[in-house]
Amino acid sequence: MANDTILSVNDLRISFRTVNGIVQAVRGVSFDLHRGETVAIVGESGSGKSVTMKALMGILPPNAFIEEGSILYNGMDLARADEKTMHQIRGKRIGLIFQDPLSALNPIMRVGRQITEVLRKRGLNKAEARARALELIKAVGIPNPERSFSAYPFQFSGGMRQRIVIAIALAGDPEILICDEPTTALDVTVQAKILDLINQIREERGLSVIFITHDLGVVANMADRVNVMYAGKIVEAGTSEEIFLRPVHPYTWALLESMPDLQTRGRLQAIPGAPPNMLAPPQGDAFAPRSRYALKIDYEKEPPTFKLSPTHTAATWLLHPMAPKMEMPASLKERIARMRKEAEKYV
Amino acid sequence: MSDVLLHVEHLSHSFVNGHGSRKQVIKAVDDVSFDVHAAETFGLVGESGCGKTTTGRTIIRLYEPSAGKVTFDGREISGPMTRDLRKYLSNNLAMIFQDPIESLNPRMTIEEIVGEGLKLRGVTNKSERHVQVVEMLHRVGLTEEHASRYPHEFSGGQRQRIGIARAMIVHPRMIIADEPVSALDVSIQAQVINLLNDLKQEMGLTILFIAHNLSVVKYFSDRIGVMYYGKLVEVANSDDLYLHPMHPYTRALLSAIPEPNPLTERHRVRIDYDPERDHDYSKEKPEMRDLGNGHSLYCSETEYEKALKELD
Repeated sequence: MANDTILSVNDLRISFRTVNGIVQAVRGVSFDLHRGETVAIVGESGSGKSVTMKALMGILPPNAFIEEGSILYNGMDLARADEKTMHQIRGKRIGLIFQDPLSALNPIMRVGRQITEVLRKRGLNKAEARARALELIKAVGIPNPERSFSAYPFQFSGGMRQRIVIAIALAGDPEILICDEPTTALDVTVQAKILDLINQIREERGLSVIFITHDLGVVANMADRVNVMYAGKIVEAGTSEEIFLRPVHPYTWALLESMPDLQTRGRLQAIPGAPPNMLAPPQGDAFAPRSRYALKIDYEKEPPTFKLSPTHTAATWLLHPMAPKMEMPASLKERIARMRKEAEKYV
Repeated sequence: MSDVLLHVEHLSHSFVNGHGSRKQVIKAVDDVSFDVHAAETFGLVGESGCGKTTTGRTIIRLYEPSAGKVTFDGREISGPMTRDLRKYLSNNLAMIFQDPIESLNPRMTIEEIVGEGLKLRGVTNKSERHVQVVEMLHRVGLTEEHASRYPHEFSGGQRQRIGIARAMIVHPRMIIADEPVSALDVSIQAQVINLLNDLKQEMGLTILFIAHNLSVVKYFSDRIGVMYYGKLVEVANSDDLYLHPMHPYTRALLSAIPEPNPLTERHRVRIDYDPERDHDYSKEKPEMRDLGNGHSLYCSETEYEKALKELD
């Protein structure tokens, strides 16, 4: 993995003006994207992962504003860029794949034209654009390119529609691809194929991918590095081995525990309660009210970010030298031991 | 295994599109047979469009069966709809829907939504209804104050609890849960699954659990049926199904589940299912065959022999 940073998000804070007051959706998010790698952002709905993505693309809704922080790309700060600059970057440098392919596509425009539209904007003439679009349709694995070129979105299945969306994203020839829950609306077998496709085009084109999802299984499959978000903050970040095999944050523990895998038996460890209301984010550690491991200080003071390795960081008071020693829950420990054992098959 | 509560025999349901020469018949459920034993959870999995939801809805008579027979505790429930049968159905079977927003009437309070079933069952005394509604709300983890609120005031997980309370208040013997957790966040999913498990144990419920998330179905079900294009292709105990999947489609489905383990995910080999390639049904017709130990497979004679050998 080449270690040069292509995109760097620093202390990003985004809020929304609503009738009820200011909603602090993103509260100080920092992460880097290196060339050629896949970084996942995991979180529940309302954790701020999609808002972060929208800020990168410059498509925040009008009532949102960036309070602080920067998004550095190619020496530019996208958090402060004007519409004209963003227009040069959106689609051309940073591509986006949405969750719901049907609403991302224009229902009354033929698929071919939706792809060539991008190419024509980039200055290709009609014949060139057509040839290139057919290539793209083939590259994303849609059968019968000629016929698909002049078909409408409704004539395709969900998985094929998502392939079309990917083709459109690739038509801009971006170097960063943001995937916002690209497989949530799809069946498992179709999901598997789309994930393979994203991995394949990433390798072929040397893309850097930001993968936004709530599905930890998908993350394990796709990501080199993982950022776990809760209540507008990254609570734990690390390589996927670090997050899945050596997690340290109570929220990451709870998230991993609450999801049944094929070997899970006995009662599921559900996370009690619901995510906090971001109109008035709780003081201290936002996860404390739902955590079995909360300390007194968690309710008073926001935990600093501790560094466990050059890649692994976590924001929890449990890591403070003065904190009582806490171990991860026993059931999670067992599960990780099982995961390691399963992996031995492949050595 | 205990006695059979729900018996589904050659059940079919077709959707008809268009008229005359443009008439199209889509067999959403095609000759499906299975049994659900009392107090067990039977999981039905498959991709969207495979007919799993239609199967559930046809059993509870939201759709009319076009062929086949369904019996519940020995009584046929697929026959002509009479007043008597309607009453029998609604006393014994209830449904939990996938979308907790669309399945609750936005203009009714929670008390009205949950209490409606009681009202129809002749509990006309308002205060008595209130007592029962509140008791049920407590049971699903809500409080008395929630009774006077409207659906939009609740989060997704809470709405699903309301849906469960509405289904449970009539004390049905069986629940058909159609993707009850797929619209919820991971942390909330576990809460709802635990709640369903508690209710199942406390009240001796039988559940038909319809879902596409195989990890959840595996965790929640005693036995599982796999559907593909309107056909039930494999039925087995949930451990058997995961340890010895026999139908190539089941294998493909299992190989596609992403597991939260980065160590194994890197090496995952996915299996593709292509009915044209994987089966040769030109000479032998496939049918449901018993492999023993409650495991049955939709296969041809040759495939059956092969499967038996593999299981040995």
